[in-house]
Amino acid sequence: MKHSFATCAAAVALALGASAVQAQSTEVPFYFPVAVGGPITKIIDQFATDFNKENPSIKVSPIYAGSYQDTIVKALTANKAGTPPVASVLLSTDTFTLIDEDAIVPIDNFVKTPEDKAWLGGFYKAFLLNGQIGGKTWGVPFQRSTVVLYWNKELFKEAGLDPNKAPQTWAEMTSMAQKLTRKDASGKVTQYGVQIPSSGFPYWLFQGLTTQNDVILANEAGTQTKFDDPKVIEALQYWVDLSKKHGVHPSGIVEWGTTPKDFMEKKVAMIWTTTGNLTNIRTNAKFDFGVAMLPAGKKRGSPTGGGNFFIFKKATPAQQEAAFKFAKWLTQPARAAQWGIDTGYVAVSPAAWDTPALKKYAAEFAPAAVARDQLQYAVAELSTHDNQRVTKAFNDGLQAALTGSKTAEAAMKDAQKEAERLLRTYK
Amino acid sequence: MNAQKQAHAWLLLLPALTLLVAFTHYPAIATLIDSFMSTPKPNRASVFVGFDNYAAMVDDPIFWQALRNNLWFALATIPLSVGLALAMALWVNGKLAGRGFLRMAYFTPTVLPMIAVANIWLFFYTPSYGLLEQIGNLFGLPSQNWLGDKATALGAITVVAIWKEAGFFMIFYLAALQGINPSLREAAAIEGASRWFFFRRVLWPLLMPTTIFVLVNAVINAFRMVDHVVVMTRGGPDNATTLLLYHLYEVGFKFWDQGYAAAVTVVLLAALATVALVQFFVLDRKAHY
Repeated sequence: MKHSFATCAAAVALALGASAVQAQSTEVPFYFPVAVGGPITKIIDQFATDFNKENPSIKVSPIYAGSYQDTIVKALTANKAGTPPVASVLLSTDTFTLIDEDAIVPIDNFVKTPEDKAWLGGFYKAFLLNGQIGGKTWGVPFQRSTVVLYWNKELFKEAGLDPNKAPQTWAEMTSMAQKLTRKDASGKVTQYGVQIPSSGFPYWLFQGLTTQNDVILANEAGTQTKFDDPKVIEALQYWVDLSKKHGVHPSGIVEWGTTPKDFMEKKVAMIWTTTGNLTNIRTNAKFDFGVAMLPAGKKRGSPTGGGNFFIFKKATPAQQEAAFKFAKWLTQPARAAQWGIDTGYVAVSPAAWDTPALKKYAAEFAPAAVARDQLQYAVAELSTHDNQRVTKAFNDGLQAALTGSKTAEAAMKDAQKEAERLLRTYK
Repeated sequence: MNAQKQAHAWLLLLPALTLLVAFTHYPAIATLIDSFMSTPKPNRASVFVGFDNYAAMVDDPIFWQALRNNLWFALATIPLSVGLALAMALWVNGKLAGRGFLRMAYFTPTVLPMIAVANIWLFFYTPSYGLLEQIGNLFGLPSQNWLGDKATALGAITVVAIWKEAGFFMIFYLAALQGINPSLREAAAIEGASRWFFFRRVLWPLLMPTTIFVLVNAVINAFRMVDHVVVMTRGGPDNATTLLLYHLYEVGFKFWDQGYAAAVTVVLLAALATVALVQFFVLDRKAHY
């Protein structure tokens, strides 16, 4: 009896010893969300496997965490409980929230060699904007997108328009949409000219209109919004008028999720949506379609969107260094290019667009390059302190105006008042 | 000996007790305490703020709108789903062809996960080519954006909830009806009672215990069901479909305002507890067991 006990103890000790040896590799739990169609999970798992093979001392374990919202809920809850992931992909607009919760460390902490500096300088400026706060860079651009216009070339032809020419200005979009709107004998609309989705996060698409109307919605410090600026109200009035005055846009709230489907069902001739839908529409549309930059108001413009790579504060220095290494590895030009091709996200650096693979893809499929070309006009996505609350006040205002329960002016004034109330403590 | 028995009893109770304390009593008390504290931030710890969170709630127009929405939601879902459940149960309790199939059809919505159900209904409500739109087209009705209009969004959400709940409650009524002695019906028939009289004076009183149980569940569900709101409208347009629990989720896990979220939770719990107690004590007296 005693003898067997000793054997057992020895076995346990051996097992413990063995696991201690294994534990010397640095563990990097990595949360990631899935926000678009396609085999994202498979691709990320493959990335982690390849990286671990190249770096035997590091073990990155990717953890699929749901939508963006689910992921930040999990990451921040874990952070409050004291065991956050080492790294996570989260919305770039949540940077203020993550800083206010003291959850992340700046990427600059790890940028030491000239090579590192060249890497950080190699991203498109537009993609870095949301992650740069207080003179520091907090997030590495990873899965990024912008808003573009998709148009149905067949319906353009039927309406007597040049199928190869998308609207270049607001006025043109309205007049083209008028030609593209069709009604049946009873006067019911069977095909709309244009639609801009407004469920969930209308602010993002609306930011296209405000940027084109030459106004920035919030200051860089994230403490002041300009929702009641006359130019913002004017931009909202243009959106409201598309359905109210011109009848070329569906009335009420247009669902984000069904917008690509509406387009594929030919219920609408032009849509505004993310570049992330490119692969989906390319696969499923049974007609020839085009992708263009958003039309210009006073100028061109679109917000950026999507997720950045963040490193958490409560991880050990060794883990943070390992996560940094992984971030650099993920955004190498060839890998960023492949990621863009596989998902429809915009490859994050000019160097990635110079790789043979992406050059070939862009040559074969011109729409892929539109988002890149639009980046020179892109601005940071709306983001402030207490971001989700301020954004909600703004979204509520937009929806109130679009459903006709408030005028554009009253809706934006109310949103601004609420935003000022929320942000007063951060000034 | 007695002490040993006592210890034995406590040991037997321990597993259930641990679970209850860990997952029910402790969280409830912790929530109550949190509701009097400010939300902790990295640079300022949580401090006692008295009724500040409750005052903020009174000042919050979205809270009041969520409460109003939820009352309308409850007022519509509770009587309609219970009434429909009773009607369906009476219908499939009788002798008719394809009874098993009908019972299954009524019960199906309960088996489906709410998220899947919500996605199906999302298609029903889609303007231009959704199911409702296609049916409307046959009769030449005008186009309607059910979920995108403030006037119809809450109603659209309510219909989904009723459809989902009625089948579940039907099962309880059906079980109760099966348990009623058939000789009662025969006796009533001999006495020449009409079917309505028999229902009103015999069946309905005998079903009372089931009705109370179903009502309590219906009330709780009316304040608990938000899955379909998340999928179908996310509380929009402009908070037209924000229910209390959805508001609570937003405050707690989108805005990270723990103190305020705790205060809303306490109010929600208190309201539910009150309703349940009233139901048990007042309606219970009218029930025959």
